[in-house]
Amino acid sequence: MSAPADPTRREFLRKAALSATGLVIAFHVPARRRAWAAEPAVSKPAALPPANAFLRIGTDDTVTVLLAHSEMGQGIWTSLPMLIAEELDADWSKIRVEHAPAAPAYAHTVWGIQATGGSTTTSSEFDRYRQVGATARVLLVQAAAQRLGVAPSTCRTENGAVVAGERRLRYGELAAEAAALTAPEAVTLKDPKDWKVIGQPTRRLDTPEKVDGSAVFGLDVRFDGLLTAVVARSPTFGGRMKSFDDTAARTVPGVRKVVAVPSGVAVVADHFWAAEAGREALEIEWEPGPGTPLDSTALLAEFRRLADQPGRIAASTGDAPAAVAGAKRTIAADYVVPFLAHAAMEPLNCTVRLGPQNCEIWTGTQFQTSDQQAAARIAGLKPEQVTLHTTFLGGGFGRRATPTSDFVSEAVHVAKAAGAPVKTVWTREDDMRGGYYRPMYLHRVRVAQGDDGLPTAWDHVIVGQSILAGTPFASEFGASGVDPSSVEGTSDSPYLKNVPNHRVQLHDHQCAIPVLWWRSVGHSHTAFVMETLVDELAHAAGVDAVAYRRRLLAGHPRHLGVLELAAQKSGWGGPLPAGRARGIAVHESFGSYVAQVAEVSLEAGRIRVHRVTCAIDCGIAVNPLTIEAQMESGIAFGLGAALHGAITFKDGRVQQSNFDDYPVLRLPEMPAVDVHIVPSTARPGGVGEPGTPPIAPAVANALAALTGRRLRELPLRPA
Amino acid sequence: MKLSVNGTEHEVDAPADMPLLWVLRDLLGLTGTKYGCGIAQCGACLVHVDGRPRKSCMTTAAFAEGKSVTTIEGLSKDGGHPVQRAWSELDVVQCGYCQSGQIMAAASLIAANPRPTDADIDTALEGQICRCGTYPRIRAAVHRAAELSRESQS
Repeated sequence: MSAPADPTRREFLRKAALSATGLVIAFHVPARRRAWAAEPAVSKPAALPPANAFLRIGTDDTVTVLLAHSEMGQGIWTSLPMLIAEELDADWSKIRVEHAPAAPAYAHTVWGIQATGGSTTTSSEFDRYRQVGATARVLLVQAAAQRLGVAPSTCRTENGAVVAGERRLRYGELAAEAAALTAPEAVTLKDPKDWKVIGQPTRRLDTPEKVDGSAVFGLDVRFDGLLTAVVARSPTFGGRMKSFDDTAARTVPGVRKVVAVPSGVAVVADHFWAAEAGREALEIEWEPGPGTPLDSTALLAEFRRLADQPGRIAASTGDAPAAVAGAKRTIAADYVVPFLAHAAMEPLNCTVRLGPQNCEIWTGTQFQTSDQQAAARIAGLKPEQVTLHTTFLGGGFGRRATPTSDFVSEAVHVAKAAGAPVKTVWTREDDMRGGYYRPMYLHRVRVAQGDDGLPTAWDHVIVGQSILAGTPFASEFGASGVDPSSVEGTSDSPYLKNVPNHRVQLHDHQCAIPVLWWRSVGHSHTAFVMETLVDELAHAAGVDAVAYRRRLLAGHPRHLGVLELAAQKSGWGGPLPAGRARGIAVHESFGSYVAQVAEVSLEAGRIRVHRVTCAIDCGIAVNPLTIEAQMESGIAFGLGAALHGAITFKDGRVQQSNFDDYPVLRLPEMPAVDVHIVPSTARPGGVGEPGTPPIAPAVANALAALTGRRLRELPLRPA
Repeated sequence: MKLSVNGTEHEVDAPADMPLLWVLRDLLGLTGTKYGCGIAQCGACLVHVDGRPRKSCMTTAAFAEGKSVTTIEGLSKDGGHPVQRAWSELDVVQCGYCQSGQIMAAASLIAANPRPTDADIDTALEGQICRCGTYPRIRAAVHRAAELSRESQS
């Protein structure tokens, strides 16, 4: 489907419909407050967004749901259709799913741009997709009532049909008539007690194509005339190509062109292998960039120096430094977490076909609006002249949501310079060395404990590189200048709420290393610090780790709910095989509350996590199967980082390159995971990320229980 | 050179050192076999060569010449291989990118070992990385696939 040059939404839908099989019902429920942002999220739309969304009902009864968000493993290919199917009373076997094109109509209901991230898809769409289903249902009922000459109120819907007395009309039979009707101004959503779909463990709809190899990821896009490129990029961040000699590269069979692009030199060939061989034959002189002297050991030393300087205030009550200085019992410690690569299984790639008046892009992206706008700028087109096809993402974890649209922009440059349709492919090494890491962080904390063991003063300094500085999202910083994503999980920690003297300061140390959100963003480091430190306080107070948290979390019922559930289900305090210990952590992120108990031993000096008991309160559980899978997933991702993950720099170069020197979790290291979902009627929170933050501290706390030693750096090094 | 893939003979014009992975993907259009690392570390590219598991990113086209190659596209006609059925039943996939390799590795395992233990599974699939962490479901699904396979043979 291609977007028309200047579509009204209605017209856009109509045209989209014509290009698809079957008939179409398109809905446009007017915006209640404001329209979407035409530009990237420089400003944040206020509260309630326009509730418009699309689905197609074919004459063959198929119900095609268009996803405004990207499926990258998190299961929205199933959970978003569930929301529509619930209100539509659809026949689940007739549901088909597609990624929506990039268009303003599909903007995130809070952010105002089309994007997937922050574990927000369900919360963004919980109302909108149900409204779409409910609106379609009203129209289908109206169409049936008209045809049968009965009142709509005498009709009911079930399993993809309108039923009136003895008559039963399938949605496919009614689609044409329903499409001609005017959509209602308002719809009534089902009472949750009547839900038949929401809350039911529902298997994924994308399984068939993902078990027979037919699912199309960005790297799998093929069409006649498509060439493949790899790009030689500066070995140091910010470096520029000074000159290159492509004499040898051009002699490689299959190499068609060698072109200069802003990021380096692209070798364009008939296929990947020729492009890669051509790249190896290139001789390039690089202009060293500002990243040339980078060294992560020196950078950490600089962070330690900064930690003693006054920083920006992220939170402050009372006089924390004075209270700590005057206290009898204190704990003072530094915590360090390294740079991390996302290392999604599918290396970055993007396919671009440029025409005189259009640009067509195929890629797995989390950031359609920015990518579309970036492509338009480079191609000299209007954003609506850029058609972006979102493929399945072979993992995202944040890397495919770059405010700079790095991999899309580069691919447009390559296609433009090559004068041909090109798929730009990153090798694993390119992907791992290409930047956009979870930043390294240092936390320096001093906590005073009262006679009752509870914290009386908490002085906390965080040093690291802001991922939002310099992006449109920096508008969120406010007067303090604090990037909230650097301090989330600490400055707003429930543990600090009752500490009479507390202060959280931030130092943003910018350098040439591109940094980005990495699954769970700030929580990926703050949970580790907060939860290991609270555990240490409990130990110092001589109080059981669960009992201590229970005291600190009084007044935080959802934290307490998952804490108690995880403790109970894990057999907290009960016997364990010799050589094993348990550790617990509880953390709120992305609107959900997760507690995990890890059961850990040391085998020949190596950490072995046998079992993780996980409790989550994510509000209404739309698809419990997805929630279980995302908890397992978040644990595996976080555990891999806790045991192995570190990107380091020396002489400006990234020292890791592939899975041999950047190990990730493998099957033998995967613990058994039990997931327990707290029943809730609260609005849905996220599930893609909240499973990640608690696992590192839960494991570290178990190790402390086992060995008596506190590990304050990630990855965990027990010996 | 002549390559036999999924029962079909292909004449391909490939340099002898071109990895089988790229022959399959870029010359034959069989994109179910994935590129993940290029150095036989992740297993996304695993195929069967003469019935044995091979990481196609480190297998040359020349090595595969005259041998029988099976990819995910050729594992079954209709997605009905016991491993594929078990994967569906247990809702294993997430992003799905690594799953062709996981499934091909699991199919090799149960062909050689009809009753694999957890330890057998860990050993056989240690070379198959999944960043989504579908590992617990993979373990369970391999057991289930072995069971389905035994049932279909009895």
